[in-house]
Amino acid sequence: MREMIISELSQALHEVARGFAHFLPRLIVMLILAFGGWVIAYVVKAVLRSILRLIKFDKLSENAGASQLLTNAALPSATEMLSRFVFWVAWLGFILLGVSVLGIPGLQEQVARFFLFLPRLFVALLILFFGLLAASFFSRAALLAAVNANVPSPRVLSLALRTLIIVFVLSIVFEELGLAEQTTLVAFGIAFGALMLGLAIAFGMGGRDLARRFLEKRFVRGKKEENEDELSPL
Amino acid sequence: MKLVEESFLTDDFLRQLISVGEVDILVSLPTHNNAKTIGAIVQTIQSGILNWFPRERAVIINADGGSRDGTPELVRGVSIDDARPASNLYALRTLHSISTKYASSPASGVALRTILAAAELLRAKACVVMSPESANIEPEWISKLLRPIYDDGFDLVTPTYRRHKFEGLLITNLLYPMTRALYGLRIREAYSPEFGFSGRLGSQFLGQNVWNDGTDGAGVELRFTLAAIAGRYRICQSFLGEKDRIERRAADLVPAVRQIVGTLFSALESDFPVWSTVAGSQPPPTTGADHEVLLEPLRVNRKRLREMFSTGVAELESVFQSILSPSTLTELQSIARLGEEEFHYPAELWVRTVYEFAASYRKSVISRDHIVQALAPLFRGRVFTFLTENRNASADEVENNVEALCLEFERLKPYLLQLWKSGE
Repeated sequence: MREMIISELSQALHEVARGFAHFLPRLIVMLILAFGGWVIAYVVKAVLRSILRLIKFDKLSENAGASQLLTNAALPSATEMLSRFVFWVAWLGFILLGVSVLGIPGLQEQVARFFLFLPRLFVALLILFFGLLAASFFSRAALLAAVNANVPSPRVLSLALRTLIIVFVLSIVFEELGLAEQTTLVAFGIAFGALMLGLAIAFGMGGRDLARRFLEKRFVRGKKEENEDELSPL
Repeated sequence: MKLVEESFLTDDFLRQLISVGEVDILVSLPTHNNAKTIGAIVQTIQSGILNWFPRERAVIINADGGSRDGTPELVRGVSIDDARPASNLYALRTLHSISTKYASSPASGVALRTILAAAELLRAKACVVMSPESANIEPEWISKLLRPIYDDGFDLVTPTYRRHKFEGLLITNLLYPMTRALYGLRIREAYSPEFGFSGRLGSQFLGQNVWNDGTDGAGVELRFTLAAIAGRYRICQSFLGEKDRIERRAADLVPAVRQIVGTLFSALESDFPVWSTVAGSQPPPTTGADHEVLLEPLRVNRKRLREMFSTGVAELESVFQSILSPSTLTELQSIARLGEEEFHYPAELWVRTVYEFAASYRKSVISRDHIVQALAPLFRGRVFTFLTENRNASADEVENNVEALCLEFERLKPYLLQLWKSGE
């Protein structure tokens, strides 16, 4: 009996030792991968930061209106944000690679899903950045055109256009990320419909006087001013 | 002969040019739906050629931008005999009138390029571009714009006009003073639909890389003048007479600002080595009056100008924050709050505003087109002050005020240089 217990214990210990001996190299590989990944990610971050500074990415981000969002949220500059993001994605990638080496069942599937998700994340970020750029450009163009045409409330027009474009871009980004596609679609439909309905009501009911004044200013005063000479800029 | 210039001319136009052969004088008419005026203008041009250049080989070239009212047919259909009874003279050479449709919609850059390419192919010694809308055109204009080139060896003749004191305010308040301060030459009308040029200058400009900037060549006439100044070509001015007011009445401020200011700011970038070394300014040789001012009463809605300025300053604050220095913006905001009686946009502040816009354009702080458009509301404020200052002014007083503005542009030129270099 005693011998049996000792034998079982020694066998168990032996198996633990064998399992540990089997696991230890994988753990070391994982740690090497994590450390090497950190070094590589750090180098990538430094190189990317230099490149972004060289191409004046912060200026581009300022034009896109992204810098303002970051400042409001007390976050670092766009260059710093992107560099840090790439660092973490790269390092996390290496860590997950290391974890997959451990051979733990279930984790490998999650790691594979993470790597499949990465390209979609990059595309979504690109869409978001260029969407913000487009929103900023077109809203500014609308603001300038409205001011120069003496249209009432130019900033409201510009803001409405900016909001529309951002909502549209966000819906594309969520769809690209595969996050609650149905919910996003419905939410977008409701938000867009509500916005249009709101605008229609605002112009039709609330803006009745404004519309009347606008039309009067546009046509009635136009007739009155026909007697006044126009100045040629050229 | 450069193949690249030939390639964009149509085969039909090339055949017409070949049948014309070499010429001494080339008169060009860029047109677009000008059927109402073109017949009389071609007759006046023919009369001018018969009177002043009867022995020279001459051609009238019409570059049409897709007219649908039969303008090119009218140009080709005007007979030289129609001009004879008035002049009582006979041309000793055949006077050709040819026409080409360069595009289906008007583009001044393509029109000028077509004209320059034709001038080079025909080896024209002296060329002139005439406006198809000038109701005041006289046969003498041909002589006034061509003689200095043909006889005296000048390369560019820009016109001067008799204008109302409140006409051409973008020219008197920005283009003339800024061109003068930066390039050092006091050219009154650097942007004009009428001007004469030598074949030499035309060929040189044709070879420049200015044709594919995606703007359809808006403001190319100004670019042409600035290229002549920058290239140290011989330039003079010739007084033509009264500037036709109807011609520009429909002109809107924003397109004009985009054409003039956009072209000027863009040229400053490439011409920096030229203008950065120039100090002071010199008047070019001028035939006739340097300028003449009409003083007849004019009713202008000044209130609207001030309102649009104030609205612009308030609404475009975020845009101006990217373009202007904080001190300039603060000053603009404080004058935007003033009432009609107290409102005053001083010359010094206007010059600083324009120079800061030019520097921001160069740095592309935002879209360049947006920078140029943002200047329009501020220009309205400056116009308000100019109208107020010169409401009861005599011709001399108006001229003194314009001169004072020009000197302010010259005085603050180091400020522009400082802004420019800070962006390098």
